[in-house]
Amino acid sequence: MTSDKVKKFVTNNGIILLLAVLVIYVGITVPTFRSIKNLSNLAINAAPRVIIALGVSGCLITKGTDLSAGRAVGLAGCLAGMMLQNPEASKRLLPNFPQLPVIVVLLIVMVVCALFGLLNAIVISYLQVPAFICTLGTQLIIYGVALVITGAQPIGSYRQDYINFCQGKLFGVPYLFIYLVIAAAIFWFIYNYTRHGKYMYAIGGNEAAAEVSGVNVKKVKTIIYVTAGAMYAIAGFLLGGKSGGTSVNLGQGYELEAIAACTIGGVSVNGGIGKVSGCIIGVAVFELLKSALQFLGVNTNYQYIAQGVVIVIAIALDIRKYIVKK
Amino acid sequence: MAEYRLEMRGVSKSFPGVKALDSVNLKVRPGTVHALMGENGAGKSTLMKCLFGIYHMDEGEVYVDGEKVDIHNPDEALRKGLAMVHQELQPVPARSIAENMYLGRYPVKKFGPLQVIDHKTMNAEAEKWLKNVKMTFDPKRQLGRLSISQMQQIEIAKAVSQEARLIILDEPTSSLTDNEVEALFKIVRDLKARGVSFVFISHKMAELRQISDDITIMRDGTYVGTWSMQKDNAAYDYIDDNGIVKAMVGRELTNVYPELDNQPGEVLMEVKNFTSIHSDSFKDCSFKLRKGEILGFGGLVGAQRTELMEAIFGMRHITSGEVILNGKKINIKRPQDAINNGIGMITEDRRGTGILGCLSIADNVSIASLNKYLEAGIKLNLKKIEQLVADNVKKLSIKTPSSKTWISSLSGGNQQKVIISRWLANNPDVLIMDEPTRGIDVGAKYEIYQIMIQLAKQGKGIIMISSEMPELIGVSNRIMVMCNGKITGEVSGEEATQENIMQYATRF
Repeated sequence: MTSDKVKKFVTNNGIILLLAVLVIYVGITVPTFRSIKNLSNLAINAAPRVIIALGVSGCLITKGTDLSAGRAVGLAGCLAGMMLQNPEASKRLLPNFPQLPVIVVLLIVMVVCALFGLLNAIVISYLQVPAFICTLGTQLIIYGVALVITGAQPIGSYRQDYINFCQGKLFGVPYLFIYLVIAAAIFWFIYNYTRHGKYMYAIGGNEAAAEVSGVNVKKVKTIIYVTAGAMYAIAGFLLGGKSGGTSVNLGQGYELEAIAACTIGGVSVNGGIGKVSGCIIGVAVFELLKSALQFLGVNTNYQYIAQGVVIVIAIALDIRKYIVKK
Repeated sequence: MAEYRLEMRGVSKSFPGVKALDSVNLKVRPGTVHALMGENGAGKSTLMKCLFGIYHMDEGEVYVDGEKVDIHNPDEALRKGLAMVHQELQPVPARSIAENMYLGRYPVKKFGPLQVIDHKTMNAEAEKWLKNVKMTFDPKRQLGRLSISQMQQIEIAKAVSQEARLIILDEPTSSLTDNEVEALFKIVRDLKARGVSFVFISHKMAELRQISDDITIMRDGTYVGTWSMQKDNAAYDYIDDNGIVKAMVGRELTNVYPELDNQPGEVLMEVKNFTSIHSDSFKDCSFKLRKGEILGFGGLVGAQRTELMEAIFGMRHITSGEVILNGKKINIKRPQDAINNGIGMITEDRRGTGILGCLSIADNVSIASLNKYLEAGIKLNLKKIEQLVADNVKKLSIKTPSSKTWISSLSGGNQQKVIISRWLANNPDVLIMDEPTRGIDVGAKYEIYQIMIQLAKQGKGIIMISSEMPELIGVSNRIMVMCNGKITGEVSGEEATQENIMQYATRF
């Protein structure tokens, strides 16, 4: 009986166990890896990624996906950067744009990305186009829009208040980490304590049955994709301010990282299953993996291979779980 | 020449807990059409599946043209000259007629080690066989562009091209118009004259009378007998329509039902002139449901009962029809509207449209009534929901380790009880139950009947579709009978006999 439980635990958490071993090994052999500074860096790097993963998790739980996440992050970063350049900077992309408060700019980029989310939602739930294909198309559209509005120029010289908003600390805790906690708390509440959350899991469990039980499937999916868009905007906004400059390539590939992180954290690609804690664990594991490989001095090119292997194993294990439980 | 093209002797087949076939015989003479009739669940399909090796029979022997054969899969059956045209055709609609006919046995050309499909030969062969059965389709045409009946004819042509000597037609006319039926019969008669035998599974007596020579009737997995459908046919004794009905239903009522002590009251819901957007589905259906009444819907497979109910519930489209509930006309476009107006539905396909498989029992019970547990318009009171689930688990004696268990890990009967709990929690005025006891053991069935009667006593209206005749009669206050998309009769009390219902159900 206990050996069964151990076996089950290992199958369900295999990838996390494997990475835990790696992290412990690196922590022992490379002392700087376990320094406060590195851990703080990890948290700062993870924060925007968790926010993206939270956004995409709703799509995954309803058996959809969102490949436009990364490009939406890029667009949000560029838009925010253009609106928040230092008035004294020499080459401003929008020289006559009024100096709006940082929070207003954040809301503007959230609305813009939410509109692209709405476009996804309409195509997916009303035109019944598979989410994979739909968002494959919209990610190109979003990238194109970003290229057009920036003229493919990198953007820099941000206003200090924007940079403070993203890089500041409260009693030594980075703001980014605080944003992460707030976002996770809100999503945790939505997923566990609201109708929307319950309906989302129901759609993932059996869309037809959810419909018969009175769930307005189209509306729920629309809310999910629109919310996801807004989350990408927040992530893009923070990433831009965090590094003090942006280009259209910001966020490239982040959608796949986010989907992979969700899967590692137990969000099932077959729908109906997934927790907020899983998204966070998934991202943390992924960031730890990257960082551990760096500290081991593994060539960047090999790091890609390692990440790819982790993704494939994680999804294979996830599917296995599903087959066993069925 | 052997006396019989196909002879099945003493075929028995058991599934866990059920004896599906008990020493069944079927003897089909060469060049005849042999009708196979029986109620839903009588074992016709199981018998055919045993013949084609899809099921392995426990006992019994099969002879084709006098030669004993041992068939393990449909492919072997085909090589023995047996072919089947399924009730639900399984073609590849996006490909051509010829490709569908030669699927899995494409003629090939060889270029050294490379094998390439020889389209020219395939199309020519297909055309030849189509002409052979007097069909004039272009073999290169996309199959999906044909009507169901034309696809069916293609399937027959395919069977003939594989030199089938016996073709099984499983409810071939269930979705055909009169003209299409006539076209099908012409092909069948033509092939029959050339020595091909047919087994014709159907519920429609009038049609069988037109086309069949002999008839074998099954009931509850047993063989009742074989008769002649035509008066001038000396092989067997002649049987008239009444005789067929008697032979099909003449069984003892073994099931036990709780006492129907609910009292139907005033009219609760009225359904007027419901007509589907599909011409072969339900048409012009009207009926009334009373408070505290269990209204049964009887009929054979293909009578469109499920379709009608799903349309009332907003799952299907209609061209005309209205629903009046509690004296008020209500507008239903999708299930959500029906639920908001006080109608609930337990669908026939529990796995497809009932259970939320990877969700807990708690989530499955509460999904249709979350609105009642909102606090401050946004937060769900999980404690109250937990209480609701616990109450239902207890009341319906659902056997589960915990309310957090996945519903998919429960037995069929317990899953059904969870679905019923979902609607008890929602508390609708009208509850439509489509085959509520399908695939459920006898004990759980009895409990479900009790719940239904209990609900009726609380003044709710219950509509029950059932294909099990004794259940229909045992649990309904009144029974509407449908056939071919129309309501053909209404019986209650003394009139509610299996014979009467069967008469209405085979009206067309």
